[in-house]
Amino acid sequence: MKFSNYSPAEYYDELFHKDGTVRDGARKLIDTIESLPEDALLIKQQSAETSLLQLGNTFNVYGSEEGTEKILPFDIIPRIIEDREWQQIEKGLQQRIHALNLFLEDIYHDKKIIKDKVIPEDLIMSCAAYRKQMEGFTPPKGIWCHVTGTDLIRDTDGKFYVLEDNLRCPSGVSYVLENRQVLKRTFPEVFASSRIRAVDEYPHKLLATLENLLPATASNPKIGVLTPGRYNSAYFEHSFLAQQMGIELVEGQDLVVSNDRLYMRTTKGLSPIDVLYRRIDDDFIDPKVFRSDSMLGVPGIMSAYFKGRVAMANAPGTGVADDKAVYAYVPKIISYYLGEDPILPNVPTYVCWDDKDRAHVLDNLDKFVVKAANESGGYGMMIGPHADKAEREEFARRIKANPRTYIAQPTISLSQVPTVIGDHFEGRHVDLRPYVLYGEDIYVLPGGLTRVALRKGSLVVNSSQGGGTKDSWVLNDTF
Amino acid sequence: MLSRVADSIYWMTRYIERAENIARFINVNLNLSLDMASDVSGAWQPLVMTTGDYDVFEKGYGANYSKENVIQFLALDHKYGNSIISCVAAARENARSVREIISSGMWEQINRSYLMLKDAAKNDLAIKAPHRFFKGITALSHMFTGLLHATMSQGEAFHFALLGQLLERADKTSRILDVKYFMLLPKPENVNSPYDVIQWGAVLKSTSGFETYRKQFHRIVPKQVCNFLIFDPNFPRSVRCCLISAQCALHKITGTQRGTVSNPAEKSIGRLCADLDYSDIDDVMSAGMHEYLDDLQTKINQVGIDIRETFFKIPDNQMEQTSVQVQ
Repeated sequence: MKFSNYSPAEYYDELFHKDGTVRDGARKLIDTIESLPEDALLIKQQSAETSLLQLGNTFNVYGSEEGTEKILPFDIIPRIIEDREWQQIEKGLQQRIHALNLFLEDIYHDKKIIKDKVIPEDLIMSCAAYRKQMEGFTPPKGIWCHVTGTDLIRDTDGKFYVLEDNLRCPSGVSYVLENRQVLKRTFPEVFASSRIRAVDEYPHKLLATLENLLPATASNPKIGVLTPGRYNSAYFEHSFLAQQMGIELVEGQDLVVSNDRLYMRTTKGLSPIDVLYRRIDDDFIDPKVFRSDSMLGVPGIMSAYFKGRVAMANAPGTGVADDKAVYAYVPKIISYYLGEDPILPNVPTYVCWDDKDRAHVLDNLDKFVVKAANESGGYGMMIGPHADKAEREEFARRIKANPRTYIAQPTISLSQVPTVIGDHFEGRHVDLRPYVLYGEDIYVLPGGLTRVALRKGSLVVNSSQGGGTKDSWVLNDTF
Repeated sequence: MLSRVADSIYWMTRYIERAENIARFINVNLNLSLDMASDVSGAWQPLVMTTGDYDVFEKGYGANYSKENVIQFLALDHKYGNSIISCVAAARENARSVREIISSGMWEQINRSYLMLKDAAKNDLAIKAPHRFFKGITALSHMFTGLLHATMSQGEAFHFALLGQLLERADKTSRILDVKYFMLLPKPENVNSPYDVIQWGAVLKSTSGFETYRKQFHRIVPKQVCNFLIFDPNFPRSVRCCLISAQCALHKITGTQRGTVSNPAEKSIGRLCADLDYSDIDDVMSAGMHEYLDDLQTKINQVGIDIRETFFKIPDNQMEQTSVQVQ
């Protein structure tokens, strides 16, 4: 397979310039692929898929019968990010997470940002992820969002924009690590001669982030990953991370609270546990405090948490900072708390809750992407230019009925990366989800998950909507 | 370790062992049916009878105990919970839930086995090339056991894995003996006939014990074969040998000496091992072979129940007590 018939078309291409010449960082990769014998690339693609299947790195489709378990589609052509670009992304994310953390601490305490009229009170108080129970509480070391996955996109102008923040239980980092293992086997020659920054340190950094939550006096502390169980679509990731960190993988049924202390049920009786990297949503953590019908969580755990006898990452209530309507205010949040201009811009966003914004959105539905503020995974959205009249009318009705829950953004032409389609390359749109850890300092995993919309022309990259993944290479010029 | 994890590991190895034993059952029948071409009409029914699940079979296949139907049912029927493919799927689900505990090699082996079986279910390999197929299942199981011993740290999880495997194996060896009785009972005239020798040889082969037996006892004598498969202290698939090893694994878990008892599981397995130490094949014969094996299986089941009660379930009242102690 050759790139001679490949054209970057009108989009920003991550590997090629507009005129069809190869970007500097991609030269080694493209040369290698061009030098392969005919069909070798297809064989590489197939063997990568087989090895992922044999590793059992599959995700379960909710409610599916046996046989529909599948690997997340994986494409072997990576996206490449050069050093100087990455430095901007890294700084921008550090700034953003720093500000969002201050924001969370503020809105659960003095609410200065509301009093100073930077952000409307109604918007925060009507947020579905706002947790009244957290008011007045400060998590260990004042850190709320220990793990964040921020979605970035690159527009036609080549600039990176933040598309959304994920501060609840962002998933996908296990695919970053596994994809890298597969690509190292697929293109060893490129790795040997390029300076591609390693991603393997992530589990180590995550463990350090969790250990940071322990009181300095804790002796022989126990840390666990809390999973909803093996039917959860991200179960593979939960188990993978626990394994990589060498810590317990626990389910709600394994845990019990007694005298405000959290214990695991072991073969030798109860054994205390100190920190949980919880991968279940706020609503399900503690039936005594949140949803009473939840079977996934641990009754009484919040009481132990409030007394400082167990730590959790992320803190409950962080979801308020990734509400899509709050997102529109993040640039203001950054300036308010840090007195700085945002390094990474937002995608321009209209908040339907605001009368003026709503009127503009309703008048231009065919130009906007409309998203439900509390949904994720590509659900509850309408892509205006691709929607028919009936769908637009339906969304207009929904927006008028519930303005608070909708935002609108102009359609952005996501950048593209050549992707193996049948026996040739075609450009497919991608986004990028880097992972940010807030421990002793704010660490950004060099790379992240590149999600790719495998359907031609599609802008929806979510795995639940038929998206796939690619490896993301961050080049390092400095060593 | 977590009770749930111990439970999953124990069942993971039990299910793999169960799958292997079904393959052994079928394989021995394949050999037998070739040797006894004149008398194959009822050759496959006993296999289903010994599972105790003939009503499940007849619901799906009627009363037609053909070779194809029985193989399909025991090996590849998804709807039948004790078929090979269901066992491997269950082992895989258990393995998935303890993936962070077992070695990645073990997980990959289970996962590959399952994928292979799924393919086989599609392409009819079990019917077209049954010998190769069932040998293959046994080999997959052996590779898994090899990985267990070669790659897993010999801590608590490892001993729970052994415990599940060995209890299952003890149970299945006793059932293999029972099949033979089921087949022979209606025809007492066959006792000591060449036909009988072939059948007892097949029983030995299905436990991989043929060569060991021959070396020790040379002539195939039914009573001696039973003695060997129940009481031999050194043959790794004899009931006694499995149970002694299971008892060792259990004591490794609790840290108590063999001969002392700290929980119901140790008590019931200790009693069962002592029974086997102090009885012989003449006791079996006087009790009646089938009756003896039936009783043995009930006792092995009881050990399983006691293991569950001791390690996998923590009753709520005990929880409060323990937590007070921990503080």
